[in-house]
Amino acid sequence: MTLLTCKDLSLGYDGATVVEGLNFTVNAGDYLCIVGENGSGKSTLIKTILRLKSPISGEILTGGGLKPNQIGYLPQQTQIQKDFPASVMEVVLSGTLNQKGFKAFYNKADKQKAKDNLAKMDILNLQNKCYSELSGGQQQRVLLARALCATQKLLLLDEPVSGLDPKLTIEMYKLIEKLNKEHGITIIMISHDFSAALKYASHILHIGYKPLFFGTKDDYLNSEVGKAFSIIGGVANA
Amino acid sequence: MLEFNNIFEKLSLYFQYPFVRYALIVGVLIALCASLLGVSLVLKRFSFIGDGLSHVAFGAVAIASVLKLSNNMYLAIPITVLCAIAILSSSQNAKIKGDAAIAVISVGALATGYLVLNIFAASANISGDVCTTLFGSTSILTLKPSDVWLSIVLSIIVLTLFILFYNKIFAITFDEDFAVASGIRVKAYNLLIAVVTAIIIVLAINLVGSLLISALIVFPALSAMRVFKSFKSATICSAIISVVAAALGIIISILAGTPVGSTIVVVNIVNFALFYLVGALKGVKA
Repeated sequence: MTLLTCKDLSLGYDGATVVEGLNFTVNAGDYLCIVGENGSGKSTLIKTILRLKSPISGEILTGGGLKPNQIGYLPQQTQIQKDFPASVMEVVLSGTLNQKGFKAFYNKADKQKAKDNLAKMDILNLQNKCYSELSGGQQQRVLLARALCATQKLLLLDEPVSGLDPKLTIEMYKLIEKLNKEHGITIIMISHDFSAALKYASHILHIGYKPLFFGTKDDYLNSEVGKAFSIIGGVANA
Repeated sequence: MLEFNNIFEKLSLYFQYPFVRYALIVGVLIALCASLLGVSLVLKRFSFIGDGLSHVAFGAVAIASVLKLSNNMYLAIPITVLCAIAILSSSQNAKIKGDAAIAVISVGALATGYLVLNIFAASANISGDVCTTLFGSTSILTLKPSDVWLSIVLSIIVLTLFILFYNKIFAITFDEDFAVASGIRVKAYNLLIAVVTAIIIVLAINLVGSLLISALIVFPALSAMRVFKSFKSATICSAIISVVAAALGIIISILAGTPVGSTIVVVNIVNFALFYLVGALKGVKA
């Protein structure tokens, strides 16, 4: 089942093209890693998939009963104000807003869903804590729980481990792997961590390098660009 | 004890006058509306929009009084709302950056307003008129029943909008990108917030005058945020603080004969200091 198709996509801002000729599909159950250097257009691609920006040309189609606003989005960690008053529960509940339309208030089902997803992230005990007083790793889990409230199918993760220490980084990757394998959630992840991409992903999209590469991980390891970069990533090309 | 009885007697005497009751009703309603939006405005870094719009409202009121309209608000509300829309869309298009746009519009309106008042002087006491509009000194005590009703109706609209869109306002304030990705029409809600802010500011001119309005928006929110750590508790606390400060300020100003607007603001400042202290003590304990 195809969830997302990008056709001849060109992206950029203020008229300047950053990436062109993007073609790829994401099927249910895939774990796609988008790699590329800084400035290669990874974040622009994410924003375009989320309809925060419109593409210069080409189109993005969603399928398999997925609506564009039902993608669970984990933004790149931005520094929120230190004194922002927001409880963990309030943050996670806001993930359910995409299904509420004009309904103004959260109901029991929304609250249960938020609790379930907090439990999935092992942070149900934090539900009444203040978000801005949590550690970086805890905040990331809260935002992942919020993203899970917004989707049953597809998660879009923008640099999910940036700013986390090595131990938390591994925990985060494990958590994402569990969501993919056990809960059947399709993952699209942006990363410049090649070794992690090669370890966890089923598919790779490499942008910012011509020709663009899109395919399975095994094909990537055998491709020219894959060979070049997997050495940088420290993964032996066996 | 005798002193206390005296105060009580004096108050009950004053409350027999309808204009005192009007002042209290309108003051409390305006303070309530301003404080509700305050939390969101402060967190979105929009505090200065409130300040800029209050100067626009001054200019609009000046023009309205020269035109001798039956009610200054009929002109001031549309002009201020239009400027709110202009300021907001300018920060998105970024030809003139947001803060510069606010400075241009607010100073321009202030100067134009004063100039218009001087050239087409409607009364002999120009500086008195200007002072009243800037600091709201006596105008809260000269409210007509039509002003009171207008304030009540607009306050109910603001409160209803705020409650209906409360969850979306939180989402937009906390994380705009995520809100857009969720299909929330962030631009429309930002516009709504700016328009409602403009309406509250025009209403608040009667209470504290245009120079002191930002205090009503910013202080209760900042005080509440010192102590309360969830959006809901901070918003409710901000509303309570603001209502109490407005009521207290009005009563003190009646008893002590001080200007209403600045008394309310000073009560808010004292209150902020208290909450700051409580917040700091809580932080030490934790």
